[in-house]
Amino acid sequence: MRRRISRALPLTPALVLLLLFLAGPIAYCVWIAFTDLQLTGQAHASFVGFANFRHAFRDDAFLNAVWLTLVFTVLSSLVGQNTLGLALAALMKRASKPVRTLTGGVVVTAWVLPEVVAGFLLYAFFRREGTLNAILDWLRLPRENWLFTLPILAVSFANVWRGTAFSMLVYSAALDEIPAEITEAAEVDGAGGWRRMWHITLPMIRRSIGTNLMLNTLQTLSVFGLIWVMTRGGPGNKSQTLPLFMYEQAFQNSMIGYGTAVALLLLLVGSLFSVVYLRLLRTEV
Amino acid sequence: MSRKRTSRRLAADVSLLVVAVAFALPLAWVVLSSVDPHADLRVKTPDGFTLGNFDAILTPDITYTPLLNSLILCGGATALTVACAALAAYPLSRFRSRLNRPFLLSVLFATSLPITAIMVPVYALFVRVNLIDTLQGTILFFAASQLPFAIWLMKNFMDGVPKELEEAAWTDGASSLQSLVRIVLPLMGPGLAVVTVFSFVMMWGNFFVPFMLLLTPDQMPASVSINDFFGNRGMVAYGQLAAFSVIYSTPVILLYVLVARRLGGGFALGGAVKG
Repeated sequence: MRRRISRALPLTPALVLLLLFLAGPIAYCVWIAFTDLQLTGQAHASFVGFANFRHAFRDDAFLNAVWLTLVFTVLSSLVGQNTLGLALAALMKRASKPVRTLTGGVVVTAWVLPEVVAGFLLYAFFRREGTLNAILDWLRLPRENWLFTLPILAVSFANVWRGTAFSMLVYSAALDEIPAEITEAAEVDGAGGWRRMWHITLPMIRRSIGTNLMLNTLQTLSVFGLIWVMTRGGPGNKSQTLPLFMYEQAFQNSMIGYGTAVALLLLLVGSLFSVVYLRLLRTEV
Repeated sequence: MSRKRTSRRLAADVSLLVVAVAFALPLAWVVLSSVDPHADLRVKTPDGFTLGNFDAILTPDITYTPLLNSLILCGGATALTVACAALAAYPLSRFRSRLNRPFLLSVLFATSLPITAIMVPVYALFVRVNLIDTLQGTILFFAASQLPFAIWLMKNFMDGVPKELEEAAWTDGASSLQSLVRIVLPLMGPGLAVVTVFSFVMMWGNFFVPFMLLLTPDQMPASVSINDFFGNRGMVAYGQLAAFSVIYSTPVILLYVLVARRLGGGFALGGAVKG
């Protein structure tokens, strides 16, 4: 018994930190989501049951944020990062070495940059007087004030720019593990590139696809800085995803209880994805 | 066959180059604008070459203090994370226990929780316990939020160090702590470097945590101060903003290159994520 305790002793500092600063806030989150706590700090916040949640589902601004979060996640994570990452990884297997190194370097740099810097770069890119419109002019195509008319599309593209490297790395590692004989055998049998992709490659890396989708989605659900820098959730609330909505409710409208209720919903959705991710890894832990 | 292969390679090269150019445009903007005396929002060849933008921002107010704050904040939190993760990973990697699996599963579960979502309650909690607007409070939270992934990575790297090496030390009466510090950690240098660099890079770029937990402008790290610099000056000096972005981003890019070089390309993250 003593031996067991002394063996577990090194776990203590990590455990204390995790309990105090991670599990603590989550428990606190569950509590204040059911109160009417406000920023002004009234002496006692009172328990209000599910009032915050009922309020949320009748609040058009909340439903708008849910919708935008969905659009943002599907566009940038499921479609953008995931597909582009896979395409890049597959192309890299065929490309010549210098091109591979160059592309990998550029894409990974976009990923390593601090979030706020990435936000500025794409703000400049999508602004009315920015690079994208300059290119459109040059191609004699109509220009558009992207951050004003289609802000959610602009921030989704920004998230693709910033996050694709992760999928690319995951898929490159997965593709390297497919034995060359299998692809070659299919090639000899006359299967074309697309058919090989669909019938051989994709089934063989399905586990990586699963984990990658989960992790991308979880990362995308918690994007704040990128959108904050580019649009502040605006104009109006046309790019206000749930994290920005939560922030606005808690700090601009001083309703900490309500903001936390929204946070709790976000946390629940995140936990759900997280559990699915664990199931996918199940055999490996 | 070989002609087909060549043409296929060419097609792949061309497609990749198109993507690379698209990804490089925003990067080109920041680099070119930082040395452009008349920078605006487009990618263009600079109207001449100047270091004036860098000169203008290399002052204590704009650059040195925020970078120093970032260094204290991220350095402190990284040291704490790595120390706690190394200690925690040791029993998880070395001793069999019924509690290992549930603990590791919780850790893995926590790695993927959206930290953004708990920042409002963390703020409220920090106000109550008087940790709001303190560097130590922010460091502790940073460390806790990075810890699950650090423990997970560290445990996987530690599993790669053969146990036999320590057994000799154990028979000589060395304690766990001694064998961890003297034998295991020195043998997992690259793994340690990955955990350290990864934690540091994540914190260096993090905006939301210091944005919520720090209030005094003097304490702000670069990730937040750059936003004020950008937002509150009415007339934005784009060249200076670009110069600041370059200075602020360089350390993490260098650190990444350093680690990636040593471990070869896509390395640990792909592997770590897959378990």
